[in-house]
Amino acid sequence: MSEILLRIDGKEVKAREGMTILEAARSAGIFIPTLCYHEKLEPYGACRICIVEVEVRGWTRLVVSCVYPVEDNLVVRTRSEKVDRIRKTLLELMMAHAPDSSQLQELAQEYGADRDRFEKEASFCIHCGLCVRYCAEVKKLNAVGFVDRGTRKEISFIPQIASRECWNCKECFPLCPTSYLQAAFVLIESLAFPSPSSGPTSEK
Amino acid sequence: MPRLKSFAELEELRKSILSIRDPNKPCITLCSGSACYACGSEAVAASIENEIEKQGLSAEVDFRKTGCHGFCERGPIIVIHPEEICYLQVEPEDVPEIVSQTLKQKKVIERLLYTDPRTNEKIVRESEIPFYKNQTRLVFGSNGNIDPKSIDDYLAIGGYSALAKALSQMTREQVLEEVKKANLRGRGGGGFPAGKKWEECRNAPGEIKYVIVNADEGDPGAYKDRSLLEGNPHAVLEGLTIGAYAIGSHEGYIYVRQEYPLAVENVTIAIKQAQEYGLLGKNILGSGFDFTVKVHRGAGAFVSGESSALMTALEGKVGEPRPKYIHTAVKGVWDRPSDLNNVETWANVPLIINKGADWFTQFGTEGSKGTKIFSLVGKINNTGLVEVPMGITLRDIIYKVGGGIAGGKKFKAVQTGGPSGGCISEEQLDLKVDFDELTRAGSMMGSGGMIVMDEDTCMVDFARYFLNFLSDESCGKCVPCREGIRQMLKVLTNITIGNGKEGDIELLEELSEVTKDASLCALGKSAPNPVLSTIRYFRDEYEAHIKEKRCPAYSCKALISYFIDPHRCQACMICFRKCPADAIDGGKNKIHIINQDKCTKCGTCFEVCPSRFGAVKKISGEPVPCPVPEKERTIVRKSKDK
Amino acid sequence: MDTGRIDQIIDKHQGEASSLIQVLLEIQSESHWLPKEALERVGEKLQVPLTRIQHIATFYKAFSLVPKGRHEIHICMGTACHVRGAPRVLDTVQNLIGIKPGETDSDSKFSLETVNCLGCCALGPVMEVDGKYHGKMVPATIAEVLKKYD
Repeated sequence: MSEILLRIDGKEVKAREGMTILEAARSAGIFIPTLCYHEKLEPYGACRICIVEVEVRGWTRLVVSCVYPVEDNLVVRTRSEKVDRIRKTLLELMMAHAPDSSQLQELAQEYGADRDRFEKEASFCIHCGLCVRYCAEVKKLNAVGFVDRGTRKEISFIPQIASRECWNCKECFPLCPTSYLQAAFVLIESLAFPSPSSGPTSEK
Repeated sequence: MPRLKSFAELEELRKSILSIRDPNKPCITLCSGSACYACGSEAVAASIENEIEKQGLSAEVDFRKTGCHGFCERGPIIVIHPEEICYLQVEPEDVPEIVSQTLKQKKVIERLLYTDPRTNEKIVRESEIPFYKNQTRLVFGSNGNIDPKSIDDYLAIGGYSALAKALSQMTREQVLEEVKKANLRGRGGGGFPAGKKWEECRNAPGEIKYVIVNADEGDPGAYKDRSLLEGNPHAVLEGLTIGAYAIGSHEGYIYVRQEYPLAVENVTIAIKQAQEYGLLGKNILGSGFDFTVKVHRGAGAFVSGESSALMTALEGKVGEPRPKYIHTAVKGVWDRPSDLNNVETWANVPLIINKGADWFTQFGTEGSKGTKIFSLVGKINNTGLVEVPMGITLRDIIYKVGGGIAGGKKFKAVQTGGPSGGCISEEQLDLKVDFDELTRAGSMMGSGGMIVMDEDTCMVDFARYFLNFLSDESCGKCVPCREGIRQMLKVLTNITIGNGKEGDIELLEELSEVTKDASLCALGKSAPNPVLSTIRYFRDEYEAHIKEKRCPAYSCKALISYFIDPHRCQACMICFRKCPADAIDGGKNKIHIINQDKCTKCGTCFEVCPSRFGAVKKISGEPVPCPVPEKERTIVRKSKDK
Repeated sequence: MDTGRIDQIIDKHQGEASSLIQVLLEIQSESHWLPKEALERVGEKLQVPLTRIQHIATFYKAFSLVPKGRHEIHICMGTACHVRGAPRVLDTVQNLIGIKPGETDSDSKFSLETVNCLGCCALGPVMEVDGKYHGKMVPATIAEVLKKYD
């Protein structure tokens, strides 16, 4: 694969064709915050926190670095007034759902985000999708998925599969930035897991 | 019917179809698009069939159910050929007279004709009705001449000659060049040059390529794609096949939204017929070019009309947009090069190939060539589908074609581009409608919905309406769209119920910036447009709601009250009887009073109070006057002089 | 809906996973909802995970995971109808029947849904019941129209 030269925050970075800006930055030790990114999973592009400014052919654009492919002579800025402003507002929007998430709080400090700017929402899921994607792409069990869309979107476990698989796995639990996942699991377990007499049971 | 195996055979078939058709033979056509169907065209159709038989005219008169004529406000519409006599708002009861008077005796029935509201002149011929006269119906005009379920009708008007020309006389490169030269820009919303997209797809690596018709038409208020697909499916198929040839694709998809069953039906029939005739499938017209088409139905999601979301839905997955930066023309369905274009874009292609790019470019402006079909709806007299050349002014569309504002009210704004677009106010009415001008004005062309609003429309509520729509239709994947819209909707809702506060407008502008800049797809990126454009042109309305708790349009329920003026009430008791909430206290000769606690603000009393009294008033931003004391409620009638 | 019929529908689409949405549309159209057993059967035969089916069934408005009423009421909330007063029509219907969009009344008589544009803007506000369009609706006339359905 051919070598590509780009500049990130003024530093020259060597990358391979097919890499994303995020991968290139990480290989050069440059930090870009992420929430929905995970090395073992396909980039998702949902949290938008990794947003950066790029200059290509004279145009400046805002793109998410976890998905944008590297190009020769690309100029990337991981921090700028605009980028910081966007990250701050995104954090404030997410903290309306999960104000106590340690990951969000850490980032909020860096960007001056106000935890209580927006009225609190009922659900503390921020839809990073890590649980759903991990179960689908790594475990290939598909025990948890999304339901509905828009402002009503939620995650939901499939009771038959979850009751069978989750107790011995739970690898997605530490991935959740807000612990909503654990709460959802406990809820579905108490409400909808098949009773011992009706099929495969979970072993406690 | 054996498959046509050559271009010569196609022309022979066309000749033989035309030879048995007499252009002078009386033909009665009935608009049978979905809108006229909703107005009862089926009953009219049955009546026509009956009456023709009853009066013994089955051999002398043809009856044809056609696609949408566009003048939806006046449906069901009948046009009688060859005289082109146009009758509007026809009911089954009118049919016997139409058959005996007009068909048999060639007499025109005045009461069914169009009457010019200004001159009271009656107009007989369809093309002379101002609604039609001021249009340029290059694409849509054929609808009135063909039965969409008949491929022979399409062949009779020259259909598939463009495909034959492309396959027999032009190379793939020449077809592509012609479309590029014509500068045909996407008619679905983006306005991206179709030729450029075709070229990118053509040049992308990979043997297997797809061409797609986007008939998802999610914009509420826009239905031109539906009427095109219902009324002239073959034009779309022909354009699609020509495009497939140019790009090098052999598989096509037509993605139709589930809410359009008639369009699905007609395009499925059209595909079958085209296959039977050898105009689709293997070795089309003996050219060696293979092309098949599949119909794929949507299932009720606006966001699935977005290019990458649609392609994901074609793969059988949830139709959510992809966060990729590689064009779908290069990596689309199953990561293969896929060219997606709107229904109207495809329908323009046969015209460009037949008549040439030079002919096409004579219409329109420098940057936007050709015509555009708009669905002109809302508070306008002539609701319907209109096709006009790019560069026509908004004023001409609304007043010359649209006949002005309904009910004699005052124009306030026109919304273009659906939920991704914005409002345009009166000061901009002389704007020349084209892609770039509309974008400069803070709106966009979009797919062609044009919603006209009058003095009774609250612009704040209008912005809230669109955000509410988008909060439901957003796929919910990315934070800026899902959460940005959530918070903006909250602010707007609060403003409309009287809970707006200082700083709300600035908050809306800030959230708009993030949603615009950081969203994953065009839905999110354009979601703030209705908010930003209404703030731009109608900031005073926002401020009235926030500072004075007043709705200048008297529309926001929480901010208005209905009040019966005691000086004007004549105790006719109409509102008393019609009030669905039993909120009016009144009786014979007793001035009526609305009980504000029971009133649901439905507005019925306002509508039913006779105009000569005009006693019901709407109040906003001020307290309701105290009710008249009991003893003053009796109306003393003046006695009549003998 | 019996398994045999479901299998027939799946086979009609050559058992391809990409036809998932089309298959579900047919099942919905025939039984007026998507029973859980049908979804499991589809997942089994098309080899697609239940999470995907669950997401599709809840993402798209065409599908219902609960049985619908005998009569389906669709109120158009498209922009043109909105501007002509559709919200009042919706309010009145809600009050009359006692349900919100997405719900079915306790007798399983009426199901209520809002739709975004039926394309009959000239008739706005439009209320569609069982495929039949009622145009130019105002709060005062709704009760009359609904009385006709039993």
